[in-house]
Amino acid sequence: MEEREEATKDVEVAPALIAVHPHQRSVAVAIGPDLRVFDLHASAAVSLVDDSGGPFHSDSIRAARFGAKGKLFVSAGDDKIVKIWSTEFWRCFCTVSSEKRVCAVAISIDGSYVCFADKFGVVWIVDLTGYDGNQPLGDKKATAILSHYCSIITRLEFSPDGRFIVSADRDFKIRVTVFSKRPLNGAHEIQSFCLGHTEFVSCLAFVHGQDCPQDFLLSGSGDSTVRLWDISSGALLDTCEVSIKAGLLESSGEAQENDHAITDLCTVLDSLLVAVAVQSLQGIVLVSCNHSARTLSVAKVVPFAGEAFVPIGLGYCPSEGILWMITGASSLPRSSCPSLARVRVISGFDVEQEPAVVEDDKVPGGEKLLETLQGTVSVNGNVFLEAAEAVKTAMCNLLIKKQYPAENRDFRKRTRNDRKFKP
Amino acid sequence: MPETEVNPTHSKSTGLPRKRFYRARAHSNPLSDSHFPVPISPSHVDYSLHYPQFFPSAGQANNSKKIQFADIGCGFGGLLISLSTLFPETLMIGMELRDKVTEYVKERILALRVANPGQYQNVSVVRTNSMKYIPNYFEKAQLTKMFFLFPDPHFKEKNHRRRVISPHLLDEYAYALEVGGIIYTITDVEELGEWMKSCLENHPMFEALSEKELEADPVVKLLSSATEEGQKVARNGGQTFPAIFRRIVPSDQTP
Repeated sequence: MEEREEATKDVEVAPALIAVHPHQRSVAVAIGPDLRVFDLHASAAVSLVDDSGGPFHSDSIRAARFGAKGKLFVSAGDDKIVKIWSTEFWRCFCTVSSEKRVCAVAISIDGSYVCFADKFGVVWIVDLTGYDGNQPLGDKKATAILSHYCSIITRLEFSPDGRFIVSADRDFKIRVTVFSKRPLNGAHEIQSFCLGHTEFVSCLAFVHGQDCPQDFLLSGSGDSTVRLWDISSGALLDTCEVSIKAGLLESSGEAQENDHAITDLCTVLDSLLVAVAVQSLQGIVLVSCNHSARTLSVAKVVPFAGEAFVPIGLGYCPSEGILWMITGASSLPRSSCPSLARVRVISGFDVEQEPAVVEDDKVPGGEKLLETLQGTVSVNGNVFLEAAEAVKTAMCNLLIKKQYPAENRDFRKRTRNDRKFKP
Repeated sequence: MPETEVNPTHSKSTGLPRKRFYRARAHSNPLSDSHFPVPISPSHVDYSLHYPQFFPSAGQANNSKKIQFADIGCGFGGLLISLSTLFPETLMIGMELRDKVTEYVKERILALRVANPGQYQNVSVVRTNSMKYIPNYFEKAQLTKMFFLFPDPHFKEKNHRRRVISPHLLDEYAYALEVGGIIYTITDVEELGEWMKSCLENHPMFEALSEKELEADPVVKLLSSATEEGQKVARNGGQTFPAIFRRIVPSDQTP
């Protein structure tokens, strides 16, 4: 109990983030206020240019991602600014300020709108319609379009057909809202709520079927499950208890209930497989998704031999078949090194091969990439375990409700008149 | 002494609970984390607990009856009690955030059921934060009427986001209401009355009822006469400001 109190007083630890260009032209890592980008075509670190006149990030970046076409990139975080980048020359052409800290971002499928969510549950939209990204856009104001009532939104996602915007929150909820043709007027029409998780929802991804046109939604949660949803009705199609099925929970008791929260997931191999990052797991769980039967099942666990590495963020490049993983954190307390990042990749998802972790020198971009993204080539495994542990604590503090023991609550209610005479 | 015979919090003559044992603060913080149980989804709401006569055993699937009226912030439950006999076949629920007040309404309903066998079986109450958990209780288009009577005015501008009628929360109410369903709001605070009316007017999924429709609706009269707050306002000779709107299909959806 005391230990927990102490932990909340610490500076907020921010997890490292990774984003991969849809055609693997570049890879971006955000760690604390730093945004590091490596251009794989030029095989060189990118120097970022800010045309917008706004300040650069001054506090931890909490969300960073590419648009579906790869032309846009958005970063945002605790400093309450959202920066929109054109990825061609890595220029920031627009800086939008938010009233509250930003915790999730999404770019509409056609690249016309950027949406971001703040810590008070409001989703905002920035209109980029008709803008080509070549000259600075100047001051842009965001408009609120929907809100989860004072709940922290953990993820935002557009459906691949562009019809819906999906928002997930810490109150176990996923809301599917119709993204209208005039989104600046607000997103009022709720298509469905996907309800079934019993802890915060930490990540979302869409799976598209090869034969049938319907897209399903995947979600990962603090309840250690990955679930499959039909977003048009909100129906829960299947639940995969990843930590139990992958044999992570066999010996641990109740006390470690929150040990295996799902931290990230992404679809690989044309949505046949889902790569899942689980808290405290030194490996990746691969869940196979049967689109026609609408089921999920654990296919295998890819362990990481030889190095202590707990992935906390994932990115997949469909054209290259490579899964990028990151671990690390910024503002680490009690550590010689305030911010740490480690990038690794898995390749070989094709059916004939076994997926395997790639050695550092075989990583696309090689050591140059690692030096850019990690800040250093040499790594010491143990500090990353510490970092993963710190991220876990931070995530629990942020997203899990504090539980007060029953005696404490009863003590506070001892003077209630209506209870006085009852047993 | 058997507990059920003499309940000291209940009136000896009527058997109804006495309000003085259930006094609560007038305000409750809707933003704080909730520690009461919340159903995971509408299918997890245990109807047999709320309406034992309609649902004799738990988990009964063959009775497809669903809650159709929701009184959000039902207070001491005056409206629900009146509606219960007016619509005896309609299931209705009151939602109240204050624990003690919920407890009062619960006791009141139980006492009324005992005193009037066969009646008041269609009404129940639940302690919850309706600003957060409406989707956990009701499916899409499940409700035909929603009531927001004499809500907390939250005068300070900084606290406007705590108001139960607000542009973004109306999205959720529109989700829970069927097309044609009606949302009733009333207040004795003019400023709040204007706020609620303008929120509803500016929302694409609601339209105002006509004067004629308001006259024909028997529920409208109950808004000020049946509720404890309404009676208090009438006693003091105060004015009330109702805003009653219908859920419609947004115009950009109609072909």
